[in-house]
Amino acid sequence: MNTLLEPFQYGFFRHATLVAVIAGALCGLVGVYVVLRGMSYIGHGLSHAIFGGAVASYALGFNFYVGALSWGFVSALLINRVSRRRAIGADAAIGVVTSASFAIGIAIISVIGTFTRNFEAALFGNVLGVTVLDVWLVAAVGVFAAAVVFFRYRQLLFSTFDPEVAQMSGVNTALTDVLLAIILASTIASTMTVLGVTLIAATLVIPPVIARLLTDSFHRMLFISVGVGASCGFVGVYLSYYLNWSSGASVVITAAAVFVVVYAWSALRGRRSAVAGLDAH
Amino acid sequence: MTCRYGSEPVLVNVDLTVREGDFLGVVGPSGSGKSTLLKAIAGSVRPVAGSVFRRKDASIGYVPQVETVDWYFPTTVREAVLMARIDGRVLPWASRSDVADAELTLERLGLGGLGSRHIRELSGGQQQRVFIARALLGQPRLLLLDEPTSGVDVRTRHDVMHLIHELHHDGLAIVITTHDLNGIAAHLPQLVCLNREVIASGSPRNVIRPDVLERTYGASLEVLSHGGMPVVVEQYPDYDEEAGAQVVSLREGHHEHPA
Repeated sequence: MNTLLEPFQYGFFRHATLVAVIAGALCGLVGVYVVLRGMSYIGHGLSHAIFGGAVASYALGFNFYVGALSWGFVSALLINRVSRRRAIGADAAIGVVTSASFAIGIAIISVIGTFTRNFEAALFGNVLGVTVLDVWLVAAVGVFAAAVVFFRYRQLLFSTFDPEVAQMSGVNTALTDVLLAIILASTIASTMTVLGVTLIAATLVIPPVIARLLTDSFHRMLFISVGVGASCGFVGVYLSYYLNWSSGASVVITAAAVFVVVYAWSALRGRRSAVAGLDAH
Repeated sequence: MTCRYGSEPVLVNVDLTVREGDFLGVVGPSGSGKSTLLKAIAGSVRPVAGSVFRRKDASIGYVPQVETVDWYFPTTVREAVLMARIDGRVLPWASRSDVADAELTLERLGLGGLGSRHIRELSGGQQQRVFIARALLGQPRLLLLDEPTSGVDVRTRHDVMHLIHELHHDGLAIVITTHDLNGIAAHLPQLVCLNREVIASGSPRNVIRPDVLERTYGASLEVLSHGGMPVVVEQYPDYDEEAGAQVVSLREGHHEHPA
């Protein structure tokens, strides 16, 4: 038992586990909207854009998160704005805005000439060096996201399912889109040191997809996705301690393994119910 | 009013009035602006010239084309219908009275007991009624239905139209778009022929005429009378002869298939 609890005697690991669990739950929550709105590529692109902002901020002597958050918001709003132009399209808009931001980040690193642990953590995720500030930040974003989803649940659901009719019914869909973009940007910025920008898209996508395989109800999908995200965050960081993997990779591999099991189970269940349906006829 | 998508005009100088208790059908070819007209009435498309006047108390329910619905979206019938209850509601869960209203509406539309089903698990007619139920739960005075019978069989079409006629009887003003001239349009009290502009409007007998249809569809259509109602007959070229000639030429060039 003591061996199992050994990692928790270290402060950094307790912080990292807490951040990973909250980050997993947060990504699971936000990811439901990301997946159902067909925005998975935005999650991927935005994480790269935020990296550029974080590096620029560091080079200018600001806190890492200041640039990450502010550039995340700007990128999210830019993508939102550019993708409204039919001639360009969302995927191309994401490609332009996010790749350019990532390239700026890489260029700044080239100029600085050093690749600090902060940047490595931001790219691939690292439990070492998770501070109390990281815990508070991800917790604050978690509370903010949960509050937005709680108080604007109906608007978010309606505008995700049927944006045109939602708008006709009085939902301010533009405001809803902006709110979602802000939540997404702050989720990525606040979780990237543990999950890594290169892997964060997976933590946004895999838990909702697992949840979707398990339920046909929207509100159940939200709960399951949050639960799966938090559990994978916990198990992933725990395994990373023993396997010496980067925490981001460990969390994503855990989630992917759960996906494979759930996918196989749902495929078997589908076949079984199809056979039962045939028998009934 | 005039509406454009980009520089492309979709509706030009359309002048139309929908009064309380009206039942109006809008017909026209694909791309004639039927859906845009409904969206302009509902307020999701803004005219670039002219305007849409809505009475202050005229709440509007909109039923989209079923082809535009994401049938794999994780929503049960009850969840989908309750989306209409959005005004001034802060809590994520529906109140008891909202749930009771939803159940009552589902019952009235013949969907009682199906609230927990996923929307994909329903038949075509039931799926259409889910979205009518959602529109009704918003307690509209005017119901807009975009091609409510497209892609359904004759029996389902009858069921859906029967329901829409009942709603009209209950006092709702209704505007529907349709491609079906004989099955639906000819049975409605008022019609509008649309092809970017209003070609004609009035009773089916006054509107379903060869000259009006030719101007609307750009095709020659014959109109017969059956029991006092207009029946549109489409004039097809004789494809059989052409097809027959092709089959013969294929057989001449390739294999002979014994009859």
